[in-house]
Amino acid sequence: MLTMIGKRLMFAIPSLIGVVIVTFLLTRALPGDPAAYFAGPAATKEAVEQIRKKLGLDKPLIEQFFRYTNDLAHGDFGNSLTTGQPVAAEIRNRLPASAELTLLGLIVSIVIAIPLGVLAATRPGSWIDHVCRITTTAGVSLPVFFTGLVLVYFFYFRLGWSPAPLGRLDVFYSAPPTVTGFYLIDTLIARDFEAFRSALSQLILPATTLAIFSLAPIARMTRASMLAVLSSEFVRTARASGLPPATVIVTYAFRNAMLPVITTLSMVFSFLLGANVLVEKVFAWPGIGSYAVEALISSDFAPVQGFVLTMAVMYVLLNLVIDILYGVIDPRVRLEG
Amino acid sequence: MKRRDFLKSVSGLAAGAALPAAPQVISSAYADARSETLLIVSEGGPNNLDIHGVGTNVPGYEVSWNCYDRLISHEMKTGPGGVPYYDRDKFKPELAEEFKIDDMSVTFKLKKNAKFHDGTPVTAKDVKWSLDRAVSVGGFPTFQMSAGSLTKPEQFVVIDDHTVRVDFLKKDRLTVPDLAVIVPCIVNSELVKKNANEKDPWGLEFTKQQTAGSGAYKVTKWTAGTEVIMERNEDWVGGPLPKIKRVIWRMVPQAGNRRALLERGDADISYELPNKDFQEMKASGKLNVVSLPFSNGIQYIGMNVTKPPFDNPKVRQAVAYALPYQKIMDAVMFGLANPMFGAAKDKPTEVAWPQPHKYNTDMDKAKALMAEAGQAGGFETTISFDLNFAGVNEPLCVLVQESLAQIGIKTTINKVPGANWRTELNKKEMPLFTNVFSGWLDYPEYFFYWCYHGNNSVFNTMSYKSAEMDKLIDGARTAAATGDMATYDTDVKGFVDLAYTDIPRIPLYQPFVNVAMQKNISGYQYWFHRRLDYRAMAKG
Repeated sequence: MLTMIGKRLMFAIPSLIGVVIVTFLLTRALPGDPAAYFAGPAATKEAVEQIRKKLGLDKPLIEQFFRYTNDLAHGDFGNSLTTGQPVAAEIRNRLPASAELTLLGLIVSIVIAIPLGVLAATRPGSWIDHVCRITTTAGVSLPVFFTGLVLVYFFYFRLGWSPAPLGRLDVFYSAPPTVTGFYLIDTLIARDFEAFRSALSQLILPATTLAIFSLAPIARMTRASMLAVLSSEFVRTARASGLPPATVIVTYAFRNAMLPVITTLSMVFSFLLGANVLVEKVFAWPGIGSYAVEALISSDFAPVQGFVLTMAVMYVLLNLVIDILYGVIDPRVRLEG
Repeated sequence: MKRRDFLKSVSGLAAGAALPAAPQVISSAYADARSETLLIVSEGGPNNLDIHGVGTNVPGYEVSWNCYDRLISHEMKTGPGGVPYYDRDKFKPELAEEFKIDDMSVTFKLKKNAKFHDGTPVTAKDVKWSLDRAVSVGGFPTFQMSAGSLTKPEQFVVIDDHTVRVDFLKKDRLTVPDLAVIVPCIVNSELVKKNANEKDPWGLEFTKQQTAGSGAYKVTKWTAGTEVIMERNEDWVGGPLPKIKRVIWRMVPQAGNRRALLERGDADISYELPNKDFQEMKASGKLNVVSLPFSNGIQYIGMNVTKPPFDNPKVRQAVAYALPYQKIMDAVMFGLANPMFGAAKDKPTEVAWPQPHKYNTDMDKAKALMAEAGQAGGFETTISFDLNFAGVNEPLCVLVQESLAQIGIKTTINKVPGANWRTELNKKEMPLFTNVFSGWLDYPEYFFYWCYHGNNSVFNTMSYKSAEMDKLIDGARTAAATGDMATYDTDVKGFVDLAYTDIPRIPLYQPFVNVAMQKNISGYQYWFHRRLDYRAMAKG
């Protein structure tokens, strides 16, 4: 098993090198001149040149690249110009915020979508099947920022049930000491239940927004794969042998239907992590999606490169975890390099 | 996690859930904290806490203004609508106790009890080091200093521990005002030097992350892109102790949410909202909305005069007669701007800037001028704008496009991403564009020097060059420095008139700074930098 994991990680190295090269070249190909941008509105040509020199952008591209890779090798992702902070530290601080939100959104989504998909598959054409179809279609057709704004409008602005959409914690609470970076866990470790409540209530709306959006692929995939499994012969045999329907569906059918669902989950998760920019914007969430987009808008190279690289690493790891999970769920699947 | 730890934390969780009464104690402390805390929400936050840093953005100026002191500052006067407005011509000492302006120098005596945030006293060598730094680091700060003829470290002379003299390079009316802008702030030189190195002799990396000044506030926490927390400096001597103890400044990217936060009473102050929101909030009367014109600022349509067809003044005048001024005021600005067009025919030119020109929307005149210029058939061109300000620029350009089509000028709209806008301006190749310029120093000759002078600065976006114009601008600058007010007045009137007959750029309006705040917030002041001054504000 361990050698297999090692082998898999080895195979990831060439793709990571590719990612480094491509992001470097792509960011350089962006229109816009960071030196002119950061020199400010009142800059003369000389001022722009001075800034360019300070940023090292006057050097030939190949030299810039070697400097960049050399820094990377030392764990230095460079400095962001828009926020003025080291990129590695920023990503470290912001990744948990995005991950916490995405995971919670995904959990909510799974809790709703999987039972919904299973029920829809066991009773195709029934009202529950239609409910499943309508909710998922509606969820996926509403753009996330729209759902987010509607939720904020009703639950915060109109009803006042939800706290102000001001990020991860109410303004007057201080963040718990960082252990995992997940506020829900860190506040519990610090025994700060007030802050825990605040963090949780801040999370509800954005997580719901994400959940609504990700319902569709999970529910649809569960339904489709359950339908296929339910019509297979071993299920008929199980039924014919007089096993109770619950056992047939949960123990035999669902376990076999899980593989494609897990694959979808991994895709949905990585997609959400990168693509919840809009949710982060609506809820002033200090995540990595909004960070990367802001950097992109201002031609700030280092964070964009850092972001893409982090995402690439996440994908590699996620795929590995999913592959291992396959083996756990279905012993017939062997982890191959 | 061990099983025992797990059980512990689970029981902790259960205990937390079972104690709903606990929050009450916390809530009263919470209310206290609220009444002494100012919660500001805005779209963007600072990228650097030091205005001398590389590429410090505008929100960073606000931090610098409140956390650092300058030698002098401006007095307040009553501005439009009774709002306190900085007085361009009156200075008051801030870090200085008194100052004396002589013929070729100005001498500052420092307050003896002034201390930096870490307790070290402010001395003359800190002042010299800070001013040296401002003229030496390059980029924006150095440029701003040079606008007041402050360019060489030798100009700043330490006389004794508490006395500094600033020597003038030449007579320049802008030198003293330039010492009261944000850039010449006084930095704790010993502290910063300790954290500097050969690669970074001015310690810019250090001051980027923390404030090292003597100002009324100090930054206690800064999470870039998320929030800035500032606490009052209890030992501040630059003025009366501010009433607000703590400032929490949160970045909320969504304009709609910022408005919701204000209307629900959760946030105290916000700016950077769409004009329509400001206008609606004004009408509803639940919040206090202050709208004041940008000092020395104008949104305009510029034309590149080096390239046909805009090299022909007749074409430029035709465009000036074809623009839908009033529509822009109503549909884009929602009335939140001062019109800069349609002055009465017989109105004499004033010694003031900005002032309205005499063009009005008059399609017949525009068509006639096009015909005179030999362009009766019209032509095709592109109109460019900065996407960072798309909220105003985009509808504005659409209206202009529509109007110009009526005199045969077919325009395509070119949206330039914010990061690229400066580069494009610097290239000076865009034929037709809209932009805003506003100068910190509120003097007509300052505006004209940057925007119309033949030395072709970045802001002379039209590449306009005219020997006569240069003569008038230089004349006004010299006259102002020597106090020859009669010549000054004729020169100012002269360059305004010339700018309006040659019309390389067509002023549209003077935009407003809009700030919305809760009714219980008082003490807002308008400053040339258009950012908030927390020192005068109060809550409740």
